[in-house]
Amino acid sequence: MGNITLKQITKSFGDVQVIPPLDLEINEGEFVVFVGPSGCGKSTLMRLIAGLEDVTSGSIEIDGRNATETSPAKRGLAMVFQSYALYPHMSVRKNIAFPLRMAGMSKEEQNAKVEAAASVLNLTDYLERRPGQLSGGQRQRVAIGRAIVREPAAFLFDEPLSNLDAALRVGMRMEISELHKKLATTMIYVTHDQVEAMTMADKIVVLQAGNIEQVGGPLELYHRPRNTFVAGFIGSPKMNLFSGEEATKLGGDTVGIRPEHLNVSTESGMWKGRVGVSEHLGSDTFLHVHDTGLTDLITVRVSGEMAVHHGDTIYLSPDMDKLHRFGADGLRLA
Amino acid sequence: MSTQHSRTAARFMIAPATVLLLGWMLIPLCMTLYYSFRRYRLLTPDRTGWVGFRNYENFLTNPAFMDALTNTLALVLGVLIITVVLGVLLAILLDQPMFGQGIVRILVIAPFFVMPTVSALVWKNMFMNPVNGLFAYAAKAVGLQPYDFLSQAPLLSIIGIVSWQWLPFATLILLTAIQSLDSEQMEAAEMDGASPLSRFWFITLPHLSRAITVVILIQTIFLLSIFAEILVTTNGGPGTASTNLTYLVYAESLLNYDVGEGSAGGVIAIILANIVAIFLMRMIGKNLDA
Amino acid sequence: MARAVTQKRKLIATLAAWTIGMAIFFPILWTIITSFKTEAEAIADPPSLFWFDWTLENYNVVNERSNYPLHFMNSVIISLGSTLLGLIIAVPAAWSMAFVPGKRTKDVLMWMLSTKMLPPVGVLIPIYLISRDLGVLDSRLALVVILTLINLPIIVWMLYTYFKEIPGEILEAARMDGATLKSEILYVLTPMAVPGIASTVLLNIILAWNEAFWTLNLTAAKSAPLTAFIASYSSPEGLFYAKLSAASTMAIAPILIMGWFSQKQLVRGLTFGAVK
Repeated sequence: MGNITLKQITKSFGDVQVIPPLDLEINEGEFVVFVGPSGCGKSTLMRLIAGLEDVTSGSIEIDGRNATETSPAKRGLAMVFQSYALYPHMSVRKNIAFPLRMAGMSKEEQNAKVEAAASVLNLTDYLERRPGQLSGGQRQRVAIGRAIVREPAAFLFDEPLSNLDAALRVGMRMEISELHKKLATTMIYVTHDQVEAMTMADKIVVLQAGNIEQVGGPLELYHRPRNTFVAGFIGSPKMNLFSGEEATKLGGDTVGIRPEHLNVSTESGMWKGRVGVSEHLGSDTFLHVHDTGLTDLITVRVSGEMAVHHGDTIYLSPDMDKLHRFGADGLRLA
Repeated sequence: MSTQHSRTAARFMIAPATVLLLGWMLIPLCMTLYYSFRRYRLLTPDRTGWVGFRNYENFLTNPAFMDALTNTLALVLGVLIITVVLGVLLAILLDQPMFGQGIVRILVIAPFFVMPTVSALVWKNMFMNPVNGLFAYAAKAVGLQPYDFLSQAPLLSIIGIVSWQWLPFATLILLTAIQSLDSEQMEAAEMDGASPLSRFWFITLPHLSRAITVVILIQTIFLLSIFAEILVTTNGGPGTASTNLTYLVYAESLLNYDVGEGSAGGVIAIILANIVAIFLMRMIGKNLDA
Repeated sequence: MARAVTQKRKLIATLAAWTIGMAIFFPILWTIITSFKTEAEAIADPPSLFWFDWTLENYNVVNERSNYPLHFMNSVIISLGSTLLGLIIAVPAAWSMAFVPGKRTKDVLMWMLSTKMLPPVGVLIPIYLISRDLGVLDSRLALVVILTLINLPIIVWMLYTYFKEIPGEILEAARMDGATLKSEILYVLTPMAVPGIASTVLLNIILAWNEAFWTLNLTAAKSAPLTAFIASYSSPEGLFYAKLSAASTMAIAPILIMGWFSQKQLVRGLTFGAVK
């Protein structure tokens, strides 16, 4: 249960094609993250899978059955919305029980399932409250609870953490990952935050303008980005990308090097530059280096503290085996 | 939500309202336009025929028309000035911290819920009547001659009555607008050294400008069509002293039984109202985007 | 504004506001008081505010000797009828415009609003003639239909602004949860829309109850609602202030009470959502 196959699906709004023909295979039990900048079509893609939007052409198969024309309710999927979309006039208990009630389940069964879900999600004490009386994190859990009780073939999460503050976000990230391990059900998760994608996913789908730029595991994307877009999008701080004479010398039209793969020296190195802002995080230091002749700004990550000042001259040398080389078409060379 | 199925259903659900309103607007409008070019008197319904613009000529050259036009303008402008100025002041007062704010609010908005015929009759008989009215008693009590409001100053009296009815509307909307003013903005202005008067002038009033515009436009739509108050108090008189456009059209068509000329007057009233309507629609349309 | 207000300032504001409030309310208060006087006391010189023999006589007279109950019922039927009819037409329209907006939704809304700008006097004659020819002059049916139509834009607009505030994601969630269109409307949409619908109904009843152009022009004796009935007091015979006051009090009381409950919604409804 939980195989989803998209075959040549497209979506157009009027004359504008937001999803060009696209194929994707999601395997049972996988945690798949759709990631990309806003407006890249990731939410639309999820809504197509959910059935909240009609596909313009192509087909969607869920567990081997063609579900392209199936109504959202009958696809056996559960969705957690960005705004949580809790029913404000119902108690937490009624919210969680709603899909069961719609399925015509008996009151006792409903209650048993709701209690079980509530204990998993630490909501037992809040069952009689209204959503308006809950905190953001609790609402989030109610929304997840409402999805769990249906025992769906797959869960769909539409940017579920974007309304939470930073601290809660890290906690909920863990809880959702934990939940995935426990339930072993397919989960599809949409986010624009590549950190969420990297930390949670089994498989990341990077989207841009409706196109799939790359599909792969987090480390695969990190180590072997297929093109310059993925290279620039995955990783924090961003990979330094430069082209021109220096790039040609290194064997690519565009060459990339991650901030953590640059070595810093105050005496000598491959490239000379001037230190601009430095961000001290304690564990690491991020240096913004200018006037290297590569691009306007090169970011360098140095482990621990480093005593350099604004305006100092430093030298940078890349780990040669960590260079990423891209051709004129932006695709990775070799 | 936007699947093909739901879009089709949506069209079906809008259809009844659209069709009905379209019929309601178009059919009578075309008929009014048609009659306005016809000779049609209810007393001599057999003599009909096309008369070109003669109905318009007659209506526009009727001395009552100029009176009605100026009266309409005076009525609209008078009530607007009174209700907006007093409304702003009253709204600011009601926004102050006080005891029993809720009750005062209820008292102030009450006149808006009184049906026009009742308020007109109450004012006409129990307040403005030169013999038994309360104003007459008050005048006599301080040794003055009672004043016959509705025959000496019919239009002003009607302006007074209508203002009493619409002041609550203006106050309520302006009060709602004032309460949406960010108090931090006021505090920032205070920190910047603005006096209460300049705070009112530079912060409160600009903040209210939108609400004031809405009040003016909506009241204008209603005030152009004032009818019951005139019918009940003065019947448009004495002479045409308190006849407005709406009342004149009514009198032409249902009292003088001249449908043709009445229709011409109706068309003119529509044109005037449309000029106001265009501004109002722009305002609300802009808001729809926000 | 978390700030200490001096007690003196608060007292001054209270005094000023109460004085003005009472002055504005006074005509209504005076009408109510007069309705409990005898006709002689009603025009007594000097007038008395409270110190007279309170009597319910006028209410009895108005109820028994005139057709007051008939006209009251006319008002009830016309305002409730037109509101209900309007709701039946407007709810589906507002629902679909709020949740399935199309390219032309905004234009349709603006156009509906524009019909409200049509001055009634511009279409008085055709409506009068059509009603006469259909034989529905002085009938409650004609008024129900006409008041439905003149208030329909307001109903659609008010419902639209209320429905618009219901997040679309909630309805999508319901569909994901397996709700059919019927249960979506029954369990999710309706409970969330009820407050909005209630205030729309309230405002519309008020507007229909007080409508005084069509009711005056299209009714005579049989179907006249209270607006038209009260207007017949404008050519009085004899002493009648107390009875006029009693009839007026009964005519405005229900709406006054309703109106007080719907102050907030009133602003939104009458400004088509331009001021909230």
